[in-house]
Amino acid sequence: MIELRGVNKSFAGAQALAPTDLQIEAGRTTVLIGPSGCGKSTLLRLIIGLIRSDSGHVSFEGEELTQSNAMQLRRRMGYVIQDGGLFPHLTAEGNVALMARYLGWDELRVSERLHDLVALTRFPEDGLLRYPAQLSGGQKQRVSLMRALMLDPELLLLDEPLGALDPMVRADLQSDLRTIFQDLGKAVVLVTHDIGEAAYFGDDIVLMRAGTIVQQGAFAELMDHPADPFVTQFINAQRRPSLEGGIA
Amino acid sequence: MNLFSVRLSSTIRSVLSLLFVILSSFSTTAFAQSPLKVGSKKFTESVVLGEVIVQLAQSTGTPAEHLQEMGGTRILWNALLEGEIDIYPEYTGTIAQEILSGEKVDDVESMRHALAKRDILVSAPLGFNNTYAIGMREEVAARLGIEKISDLRVHPELRFGFSNEFMDRADGWPGLRERYGLPHEDAKGLDHDLAYRALEGNSLDAMDLYSTDAEIRYYGLRVLVDDLGYFPEYKVLLLYRADLETRFSVALAALKRLEGQVPATEMVAMNARAKLDKVPSGQVAADFLRAKFNTAVDYKEKTLITRLIERTGEHMVLVGLSLLAAILLAVPLGVASARYPNLGQLVLGAVGIIQTIPALALLVLMIPLLGIGAPAAIAALFLYSLLPIVRNTHAGLRDISVQVRESAEALGLPDGARLRQIELPLAARSILAGIKTSAVINVGFATLGALIAAGGYGQPILTGIRLDDTGLILEGALPAALLALVVQGAFELVERLLVPKGLRIEPEGETR
Repeated sequence: MIELRGVNKSFAGAQALAPTDLQIEAGRTTVLIGPSGCGKSTLLRLIIGLIRSDSGHVSFEGEELTQSNAMQLRRRMGYVIQDGGLFPHLTAEGNVALMARYLGWDELRVSERLHDLVALTRFPEDGLLRYPAQLSGGQKQRVSLMRALMLDPELLLLDEPLGALDPMVRADLQSDLRTIFQDLGKAVVLVTHDIGEAAYFGDDIVLMRAGTIVQQGAFAELMDHPADPFVTQFINAQRRPSLEGGIA
Repeated sequence: MNLFSVRLSSTIRSVLSLLFVILSSFSTTAFAQSPLKVGSKKFTESVVLGEVIVQLAQSTGTPAEHLQEMGGTRILWNALLEGEIDIYPEYTGTIAQEILSGEKVDDVESMRHALAKRDILVSAPLGFNNTYAIGMREEVAARLGIEKISDLRVHPELRFGFSNEFMDRADGWPGLRERYGLPHEDAKGLDHDLAYRALEGNSLDAMDLYSTDAEIRYYGLRVLVDDLGYFPEYKVLLLYRADLETRFSVALAALKRLEGQVPATEMVAMNARAKLDKVPSGQVAADFLRAKFNTAVDYKEKTLITRLIERTGEHMVLVGLSLLAAILLAVPLGVASARYPNLGQLVLGAVGIIQTIPALALLVLMIPLLGIGAPAAIAALFLYSLLPIVRNTHAGLRDISVQVRESAEALGLPDGARLRQIELPLAARSILAGIKTSAVINVGFATLGALIAAGGYGQPILTGIRLDDTGLILEGALPAALLALVVQGAFELVERLLVPKGLRIEPEGETR
């Protein structure tokens, strides 16, 4: 699905991501996790081409991501960010259907797709005509998710999608999201700094530190066969005080 | 389909067509045939003489227009050389001292010769000599038997008060005193208007004045004869382009009838009627021509409504065209500046520098490039309008959050579509605020356009200042203020149309 070979990135001379290889499999949820500044968001942004790798290659379904095809390839990926990134001047529907309408879908097709997505994300149908300023945090994220899924992408990328939500909403959306991921059977890459969330969603967990991947594998593997003392340290640091907002 | 871009383009289209209508009606009335273009300087006597020239030309069936109160000597002279005007009244002293200052012209013949080399011709003097003079109250002068300046020698007790300029100039009081051997030691320097009052109140006996000042009639003054010929001659005559002899031969022949026909007393009377009695200068000129030549001049003062409509039209053309041009350039500049920060610094710096040029200086700077009149004023207004629009467009686009910008990019929306559908609508409020600022500033600034004969509400303000007529000043100032309010209101309506609804609602808090 996605293959990264030797991708790396520096910002103003500071290395954000060391040369890194990574494979993302179709039908699986991969979670990128690590402390802030570890390069997990950078990795995600490299995949969707919002930033360009200093060297190395990103390929999507065997096609190398370049400046010229980035626009086309992005339309086959969905992208959700922390506070939704919704366009405040458009209604929920306007946000979700923007790209489809730009591509010239007829209104029947648009409304059918909207209907499906509303059901999938459990978003109130009458909320479609509301503006982002009139929606709650959880609703915004559902709209953002619908927007990402509108063109039925092969890959779904989420950058801390639950980060800005209060615990109740968060738990609600968490379980919905997992159901959605399972129903869709798409490749999903999710960035979080919460080990509970990683364990909950991730078929594969990619633990990162200071721009490098420390260990990659299932949660049990990280627990039982840590590749580095940091792995255990990271897992325990979050488990010890409480499980607030964590594992459901 | 995007509602914003539809509304924007239809709004622009309707504004454009409206401007076109205004402009075409403006141009057909003003520029259809090429009339005789008469200029005048920024003081009453020149304006009255300008009217006399216009009406006399018109009485021969020649179309003529008056570009009144264009400014000072330099502006009029250059406009004459450039052909922006065909003829204007000028003074011999000014020609010798200012226009031909580098050349030795000590008599009329050498002046005629020097001007002819520039394809400019002069008429014979019209009569009066508007130079410095010494004036006294008629009754005092009569009682003492003083008729000429040399008579003052035997009256050392008389108290003199002179304007500060006259006191200081070598060719003013010091030279006068020396030439005539006057015994008076303690001449006072004081404000010209105060001197008239002091003379009237008997605390002064003699003062300097211009020999055709309106106040001479008002205060009943006697102008003393300069019997030693001390003061330079400032005889008025007509300065005109040589091609007038072929282009307007009939009108020119009629105008030549003015030679020697305007004595000082009549000029004083005309100045007094225009300046003190507030009779419109056109009326004063018409009455003069009727009395002098029995010319049936069909002069009608325009009604207030006609004047207002005309000036509103002129003013809106100045503001509308300059603003439209500024929008068309400044919005793209602002977009480019937001996209390319290096270019942005350059652009914002440049338009900022333009803004620091004083408005008046900017107007004057445009004259060599575009001449006198509306185009120069529009260009200056256009330059002045750039900064608020560029800066607000730039700021509006830069203020869009990274998340929103990247979300649009991540969707796979191409550059142009991102700009049209996301970035411009989100910056709409800021851009409109910039345009509104420019528009309101323009309405005020455009009144200065009258200084370079661009018309508009500035014209009555200028005339009102010249005549010290508050009513006339208000006739320009009030509509200008009103127009500014209307413009402001109009933009608030446009804002309601163009700023997307989603940006106008307040967040409702955490509803679920």
